[in-house]
Amino acid sequence: MTTEPPMTTTLTPDTTIDGVATLPPTEVDQPPAAESEVPEQEREVVFRLSEVEVFYGAARAVTGVDLDIARNEITAFIGPSGCGKTTVIRSLNRMHDLTPGARVMGTITYHGENLYSGKVDPAEVRRRIGMVFQKPNPFPKSIYDNIAYGPRINGTRKRSQLDDIVEHALTRAALWGEVKDKLKSSALGLSGGQAQRLCIARALAVDPDVLLMDEPCSALDPIATARIEDLMHELKDNLTIVIVTHNMQQAARVSDRTAFYTAEPDEEGRRVGKLVEYDVTETIFTKPGDPRTEGYITGRFG
Amino acid sequence: MTATVVPPAPPTPRSPSGSILRPRKATGWRRFKSGLASVLFVLAFVAAAIPLIALVYYVTREGLKVFSWEFLTTELPFSQRSVDGGIGPAVVGTIVITVGATLMAVPLGVLGGIYLNEYAGKSKFGALVRFLSEILTGVPSIVMGLFIYTFWVLRVKEQTGFAGSLALACLMLPVVIRTSEEMLKLVPHELREGSLALGSRKSRTIRTVVLPHAAPGIVSGSLLAVARAAGETAPLLFTIGATQTANWNLFEGTNTALSVQIFGNANSPYIPAQERAFGAAFTLILIVFVATALARIVTVVYTRRVSGKS
Repeated sequence: MTTEPPMTTTLTPDTTIDGVATLPPTEVDQPPAAESEVPEQEREVVFRLSEVEVFYGAARAVTGVDLDIARNEITAFIGPSGCGKTTVIRSLNRMHDLTPGARVMGTITYHGENLYSGKVDPAEVRRRIGMVFQKPNPFPKSIYDNIAYGPRINGTRKRSQLDDIVEHALTRAALWGEVKDKLKSSALGLSGGQAQRLCIARALAVDPDVLLMDEPCSALDPIATARIEDLMHELKDNLTIVIVTHNMQQAARVSDRTAFYTAEPDEEGRRVGKLVEYDVTETIFTKPGDPRTEGYITGRFG
Repeated sequence: MTATVVPPAPPTPRSPSGSILRPRKATGWRRFKSGLASVLFVLAFVAAAIPLIALVYYVTREGLKVFSWEFLTTELPFSQRSVDGGIGPAVVGTIVITVGATLMAVPLGVLGGIYLNEYAGKSKFGALVRFLSEILTGVPSIVMGLFIYTFWVLRVKEQTGFAGSLALACLMLPVVIRTSEEMLKLVPHELREGSLALGSRKSRTIRTVVLPHAAPGIVSGSLLAVARAAGETAPLLFTIGATQTANWNLFEGTNTALSVQIFGNANSPYIPAQERAFGAAFTLILIVFVATALARIVTVVYTRRVSGKS
């Protein structure tokens, strides 16, 4: 992040975001979210989503997403399959630009600037908003070249500088010790957990402002998962993290705030994802404001 | 572990579909069918391999009778009856014409493949290009030769190696476009996303991630096209003319090629000419083989360098 955005907004945690301020035809049938009891504290908003809808062709994938994502917090998106949580996270770094037919409606601001304005450079957006995918996707290059890929795009050419960046990124991703002696060997030889940490390191190497993680642990064993969760806690001091997860315990363990999405049939009977509730994680898991949230987290549904 | 807390367990646990042993009744018939299938597969393989082995064996045996360094380098004899002389000019011609065609068709074809797979998507223009390229694949090589003859040779009023290269390039182009597109399609989408998510632009992603991944396949496909082009006779018949002496200049003067020499000499009633035809055929196979091997080695080295495998 280079310049301080002009219209950085703050909001207090008890600002209710009940997330279903949707288009007129959609029924708003939800009680207000529980007031959170977290002490008042200024939150710097990184992303502000209002009335966000995403379409794939003519099909509406998700609708009525209103939420604010605050700086240096971990925000978790949970919900059953098909509820749109991945669709929403991919709209935050304009990954939908790459999907033919995908359209994002409503407004998403990033540090107060409209993310989908024609003047925005999507490559610059993705440089600042890193992403880790569900399946580890190391490039078929050496470990070193994987990490150096991003900095090289940004014009870093000096070997000594790249060496420093690679070491720093791998250290932040808790992988340096395991790979420092084989930086020149192929990244494809790493185990699943290592490969995922490599992908995190690769994202960190461009020094992003936000890290989006789309089910980063779904292909990993519990030990690798625990390492990545520890990592998220450490990274949080310098980063804003948004994570999509199917694992509710994970959301409860790592996140500060949780958004619960679900998929419900619209007036034409097609299933459309929507945001049900967004609140402090503890509130979501102990006294959710919506019966659907409660049903999901207690395992009666989903 | 929980079995102990379930008191009314069924007295005799039965597996759902009876014994796991092979049903005795069917054994003989099934074994027979399995054996028959195996025999048929082996026979099919042998049947497919016979022409290949026979061809290589026969051409090698006949070709080696005249094959020597002199044969490869000396000029063509003035008479088909002559036992002297070699196929030097034809070797030179095949090399320069094929290299010329490759230099035109492969870069253009790979760029075309990149356009179709990475940029055109489902657009109408992309579909049109794809359709035309498919039609081009089906054009007989003699027609391509005639096309270049009327379109190029009659216009510049000279038969040159370059005219032959043009005809061969037109034959190769659709094949290269097609294989490039297919190989690019196989590059996992996650790799593209991974690169773009780091702030890479599309062109850079294609250059640094997509192409290296697809390179071995593109090289294989291009090689097939090169090998086929090197053996083509019809497109060269009207376009390159004939020469008795080696002509390294692609753009000036008439030329000749191994395929044309095979065609001419094999039709000849004279034994020395027929032997030269076999020698030329053997040489052609050898050139294609060496070129293929070289290209594969280059690809392996390049891919290793890019993917960092040691």
